[in-house]
Amino acid sequence: MIEVHDLSKRYGAKTAVDHLTFSVQPGRITGFLGPNGAGKSTTMRLILGLDRPQSGTATIDGVRYADLREPLRKVGALLEARAVHTGRSAYNHLLCLAQSQGLPRKRVDEALALVGLTEVAKKRAGGFSLGMGQRLGIAAALLGDPQVLILDEPVNGLDPEGVLWIRNLMKALAAAGKTIFVSSHLMSEMAQTADHLVVIGRGALIADESVDAFIARSSDHSVLVRTPQPSQLAKELERTPAEGEADGVTVATAEDGALIVRGMTAQEIGEKAAAARVVLHELTPQRASLEEAFMEMTRGSVEYHADSDPQAGAVGGIGGGIGDAVAPGFAAPAAAPPGAVPAGAAPPTAAPSDNEAEPAEPAVPTSGSEAAE
Amino acid sequence: MTAATPDAPATVPAGRPAEGRRSAAFPRLLAMEWTKFRSVRSTVWSLLAFLILTLGLSVLFTWLTTSQWSKMDPSQQLDYRRDPTGNILGSGFVLGQLAICVLGVMVITSEYSTGMIRASVLAAPRRTPMLAAKALVFAVVTFVVGEIVSFGAFFLAAPILNSKVPVSLGDKGVLRALLGAGLYLMMLGLFALAIGTLIRHTAGAITGVIAFVEVLAPLAQLLPGSLGKHVHAYLPTEAGHLVAQSAPGPNDLLSAWQGYGVFCLWTAVLLIAAGWVLKRRDA
Repeated sequence: MIEVHDLSKRYGAKTAVDHLTFSVQPGRITGFLGPNGAGKSTTMRLILGLDRPQSGTATIDGVRYADLREPLRKVGALLEARAVHTGRSAYNHLLCLAQSQGLPRKRVDEALALVGLTEVAKKRAGGFSLGMGQRLGIAAALLGDPQVLILDEPVNGLDPEGVLWIRNLMKALAAAGKTIFVSSHLMSEMAQTADHLVVIGRGALIADESVDAFIARSSDHSVLVRTPQPSQLAKELERTPAEGEADGVTVATAEDGALIVRGMTAQEIGEKAAAARVVLHELTPQRASLEEAFMEMTRGSVEYHADSDPQAGAVGGIGGGIGDAVAPGFAAPAAAPPGAVPAGAAPPTAAPSDNEAEPAEPAVPTSGSEAAE
Repeated sequence: MTAATPDAPATVPAGRPAEGRRSAAFPRLLAMEWTKFRSVRSTVWSLLAFLILTLGLSVLFTWLTTSQWSKMDPSQQLDYRRDPTGNILGSGFVLGQLAICVLGVMVITSEYSTGMIRASVLAAPRRTPMLAAKALVFAVVTFVVGEIVSFGAFFLAAPILNSKVPVSLGDKGVLRALLGAGLYLMMLGLFALAIGTLIRHTAGAITGVIAFVEVLAPLAQLLPGSLGKHVHAYLPTEAGHLVAQSAPGPNDLLSAWQGYGVFCLWTAVLLIAAGWVLKRRDA
């Protein structure tokens, strides 16, 4: 278990991490989300003892990282920036790390085989592509068969196959009871892997809850209604104020004539329609996608960081090519205002569970990862 | 979520070795640093450059000296007669030692420039033992290579010089000077390592070391009177190289071992400072 308590880090005048408190439980994948520059990498570096916090503590099973006796056997970490000497071969890189922990040489071969780098083991790491470098980083993280994994943007630079591989690897490790803490700026990626979310913006905690709860808490809930008598139903729904709903009910008409009802559950609409003897053809609750929920919650912190992080564009481009085509990162929040959900070009009938199945591997544009290779 | 891919089996790594086994961490760090050292090409090149440069220059300068002996200044002839060993070594070391300086700096700054330092610090989060292991490995290597070079240069150059100034291993101070040359290079390597750790950037650190080795000494001699003489005598490499002379010069303020002690002190202070900042700074 990773425990972060009141953690703060300033770089000069800029506060990178602002009194963060959360914990990461074993046996599940905890996604660490935030826009670029929100402080995810810094938080991970603080947990790993690479940076000194101004205040607060970060412990792994109650012990500070710096006090771990054989740290790589306890915690495996993949950092966002490369941590490999470019002149050293993959094998020797892992070998020196293995030696520092008293791990046998055969672990090096195993780790290389696990990430599929056996054939290039003797090649200099400086000649590796982004994806190969990422695999080497993952091999280093898994070298000591650690109980806790801290992965900073692990899918960056991986091809679709690699993305799938790391996803399944994380799930298998979580199922084996390990603690998996993985950061991403892509909600869609997290939707497919994470069980639990820790969301930060501008270094401060925004949410620490399950993926479902995070979406449920998001602002936009609407119900899509198809009826041959739209104007009659709209009048009926808007006339009667819903109980306990301060905002009341709003009904909008989509381009294809369907009604989008906010402020009322599907059940209530169905009952109202029945009472008014209105025929319904479709009654579908809409849920904000994870992406939209995330946008909504971090809106305040995005604009500031979009300017301050020069890497935002590049990273978003690569990540967008891997995850799915929904959002190319968060550098341009104006592109998809969170309010305008169901009126888009895509059929607005996606049921909540489709969030997870739909943007998977088939529709992946591979240009980003090919360019990386 | 369960729609996993069949073609990418997620294997959970197995084969965890016995955990909690109590064993000294420092030998492990030594093994790590030795692997790091030998697995990068630049170290081999630097040592090879040092070897060839030093041996070649020692032989070349000694040959030039003997062939031009009759045209040489009497004071130069006297200097050769007083300390033939130091002259043989000195002619090669003036340039050759720069390779050791560069290597000593690069051993740590290349970790910063490539990001390897983060992997190192994750493996050894207490940091200072890692620096100590690195220093020990590098010290042993430079000492061994330094001794090979100093004895090699002596045995190659002494026969050439023999016609003008006969010198043999059994002469007073010769063996000490040859051993001292290796000790000097070892300490020079550690000196460069400490400055590299403090400065972290290759170019800046190399400039800093060269400034100490090649620039400060002539500068100090420009200081007036005995002040300049004393400052000059206590500069790290000026004091340190005395141990590689077979006989003291007429103007030396310090004895061979006193001078080496001064060099050790400089290096120790810098290494302690380096360890302190390494521990405190964000990696």
